[in-house]
Amino acid sequence: MLTNTKDIQQVMKVVGTSPVRPDGVPKVTGQAQYGADYSLPGMLWAKILRSPHAHARILSVDTSKALALPGVKGIILGSDFPEHPFDYVGPERVAQNYWHMTRNIMAREKALFEGHAIAAVAATTAAIAAEAVSLIEVQYEVLPHCIDVEDAMKPDAPLLFEDMITRGVEPAPTKPSNISKRLEFSTGDIAAGFASADEVVEMSFKTAAVHQGYIEPHSCLARYGADGQCELWSASQGHFVVRAYTAKLVGMEIGNLLVHPAEIGGGFGGKTVVYVEPMAVLLSRKTGLPVKIMMGREDVFKSTGPTSGSSMTVKIGVKKDGTIVAAEGLFKFQAGAFPGSPVMNATMCAFAPYIIPNVKSVGFDVVSNRPKSAAYRAPGSPISAFAVESVLDVLAKKIGMDPLKMRLKNAVKAGSPTAWGPKHSHDGYAETIQALLDHPQYNKPLGKNQGRGVASGFWFNGGGESTASVHINEDGTVVIATGSMDVGGSRASMALMAAETLGVPYESVRSTVADTASIGYNHVTGGSRVTYATGIAVVEACNKVIEDLRLRASLMWDTDIKNVVWSDGYAKPVDPSVGNFEPLSLKAIAAKRGVTGGPIGYEASTNAGGQAPGFSTQFVDVEVDPETGHVKILQFVAAQDVGRAIHRDYCAGQIVGGVVQGIGWALNEEYIYDSKGRLSNAGFLDYRIPVASDLPMIEAILVEVPNPSHPFGVKGVGEANIVPPMAAIANAIENAVGRRMTELPMSPPRVLAAIDAG
Amino acid sequence: MSKHHVTTVINGDPVEFLCQPNTSLLDVLRNELNMTGTKEGCGTGDCGSCSVTLDGRLVCSCLVLGVEAQGKEIQTIEGMANGETLHVLQRKFLEHAALQCGICTPGFLIAARSLLERNNNPTEEEVRFWLAGNLCRCTGYNNIITAVLEAAREMRGA
Repeated sequence: MLTNTKDIQQVMKVVGTSPVRPDGVPKVTGQAQYGADYSLPGMLWAKILRSPHAHARILSVDTSKALALPGVKGIILGSDFPEHPFDYVGPERVAQNYWHMTRNIMAREKALFEGHAIAAVAATTAAIAAEAVSLIEVQYEVLPHCIDVEDAMKPDAPLLFEDMITRGVEPAPTKPSNISKRLEFSTGDIAAGFASADEVVEMSFKTAAVHQGYIEPHSCLARYGADGQCELWSASQGHFVVRAYTAKLVGMEIGNLLVHPAEIGGGFGGKTVVYVEPMAVLLSRKTGLPVKIMMGREDVFKSTGPTSGSSMTVKIGVKKDGTIVAAEGLFKFQAGAFPGSPVMNATMCAFAPYIIPNVKSVGFDVVSNRPKSAAYRAPGSPISAFAVESVLDVLAKKIGMDPLKMRLKNAVKAGSPTAWGPKHSHDGYAETIQALLDHPQYNKPLGKNQGRGVASGFWFNGGGESTASVHINEDGTVVIATGSMDVGGSRASMALMAAETLGVPYESVRSTVADTASIGYNHVTGGSRVTYATGIAVVEACNKVIEDLRLRASLMWDTDIKNVVWSDGYAKPVDPSVGNFEPLSLKAIAAKRGVTGGPIGYEASTNAGGQAPGFSTQFVDVEVDPETGHVKILQFVAAQDVGRAIHRDYCAGQIVGGVVQGIGWALNEEYIYDSKGRLSNAGFLDYRIPVASDLPMIEAILVEVPNPSHPFGVKGVGEANIVPPMAAIANAIENAVGRRMTELPMSPPRVLAAIDAG
Repeated sequence: MSKHHVTTVINGDPVEFLCQPNTSLLDVLRNELNMTGTKEGCGTGDCGSCSVTLDGRLVCSCLVLGVEAQGKEIQTIEGMANGETLHVLQRKFLEHAALQCGICTPGFLIAARSLLERNNNPTEEEVRFWLAGNLCRCTGYNNIITAVLEAAREMRGA
């Protein structure tokens, strides 16, 4: 078992370096093919008719004029998809209900949000498809709508589903509501806990819905054949999951659907679900021709998953010495038009970084007339952390304690309890706090209107199902394939782990992402799971190869396999008594494969457990312009426990990227609705994500506390980084101008109003 | 609508195409000429993914009509490398891990080259402001800025 960083560093040759990625050149020359870059002969283009209303009953849809337009080949409605039983399936934290999912793909009885798909048209050109969409006549009965989560929870709120009874409440309510679910995690005695506190702070917060903001709109191309076989090119975070969802929603066997992994132009959780794929497949089946669908940016904002907006109240009690004795949270999350916000994650992650004997954490999953929320980087955790880490900052100030030292005093480690049951199994949090305490800039004096804020964050990280294959070519080069979409350099990290395990140069390993017919199942690239779980599969496949290489060397030397070891890329005699044999390289053994058993290649599958959580602690210096309310980021330092960096630059890149998404969430980004429930800012001009001139260089600190469950010590690195920034910036603004911001985004008008309020 | 015949030069080669008067240059490049290296991120000129140069001027090709290319010279990402030799910017983007998903990369490269043609010794702030019209959601920009500054340094021979 690996116990500390130094042990690992001494034995690693390529793990922890930063070579150029195997898929790099196609991506800088424009040759890489993303979702929208595939075409086929005879291909049709499809366009989608979307609801202009936030909430409306669909009385009738007349497609006759559209169908009569020359060039139109087929039109589908929601009723063209098979119906599904109303049932929540899968683990509660990620439960799916296909009755909901098929209605999210395309409306049936009602349009539940502006942008909800009503119909899709396939035609010979995109222009004809667009014209046909305008010829479809829909009669709506416009219904009252609700947008805000508090409004949606009111007893007299317009109901999205007239028969929705809140789950998780005993006895079950008799009246329907927009509250899909209530959940609670509790431990200890919350009243006694607060009674024992020296200081108690309770505050309420609101956060806006924000979009993942991937630059590539959802796109796909489907070709359905008369034999019932279908091929689909799709940019997603997991083509096996696209295959499963699409087959189920269209009503076909999984074996008849082959999904090719197009390069993905960003996902951040938002491409773990399907939108256009089932439509393209159904239209292709209906027309007998390949069908391509490209969403526009407005469609992306209006109809694909943002993460939830929220209303929250958090109360925390501490002793004078900084010990947290009790914490209570109430988290109300917008699910969008269908149940399934990340509120369960939020209630679990909220207090997860701290040892707290008395906790009560309650969540509500609430539907309203917005697009259905989808996963966004550590889904749920950044939202509750904004509230919790803000309250902790207030408490630290009250008791006169450094906010990092207060966090350090209460930081969980291996063996610490959680509110939801199992104990923490890993260290790593305290080390991220210490990294900032040791940072030379942490105590640097600040100027006028400048302030410093800190915050921390927790994310579970994922394991799960992955498959990898490793093949040795006849010249000794290596091909590895996985079914895990490469969203930001995982081909490189897979190649690094294979090279390290086999003892060969990184450059001799070709690393690919295989389609659903060419490799076993891989779950999505999400939950920061790929370098961990798929990495385990790669290493296991390499170890099978090594066993085989030892066997072949033993055949070549006419000795027993136990007399052969594999070391630094060579088969060697275990000791001189075996014989005077020159070590055999991979290349030398591969050259003899025909006489030693044939092709050398193995596949390994895993359902990996043992993943370790991600912890990140960050400090930010800001300057607030008292005239405009504009907040400028002066310096941002983010420490995160990555377990073991496989590709150092891409680990740092994940941290910097997550922080900057958090900066956008904190300062600019929000879904803005008008009085009719229509999104007012469905474009990158008005939904403003951070641009280069908004930012300084972000400093990432890689803390490495290895995870013993992974052969190289990996912990997931993709998500924990987005958890702290919102609270860190709020805390810095308070430190700069003495105003406590409790609503996101902390945009200039809102900050200015807080300053002017005095 | 009848199509217009357009004669242009793309990456140094003569190119002719037919297009509707309301078709964007981006759609012509991608859907008529099969040059899909130029990406669509928004279609409204806000993200810079479709950056090309038109007679040396940096433009969003989604905001230019195909017919406007008549008699003009266009440079796209497909013309940036010289055979097997990558442009310095392309090499620096790879060496400095300046891309994660890569969808914005062609636009950034075209925009950065346009900057370095005008200013071969930009400050970090000048790079950040020149590239403010190009959105990247993955990298937080750190490595893109570094790659451009390093490319400028190498191109100056400094």
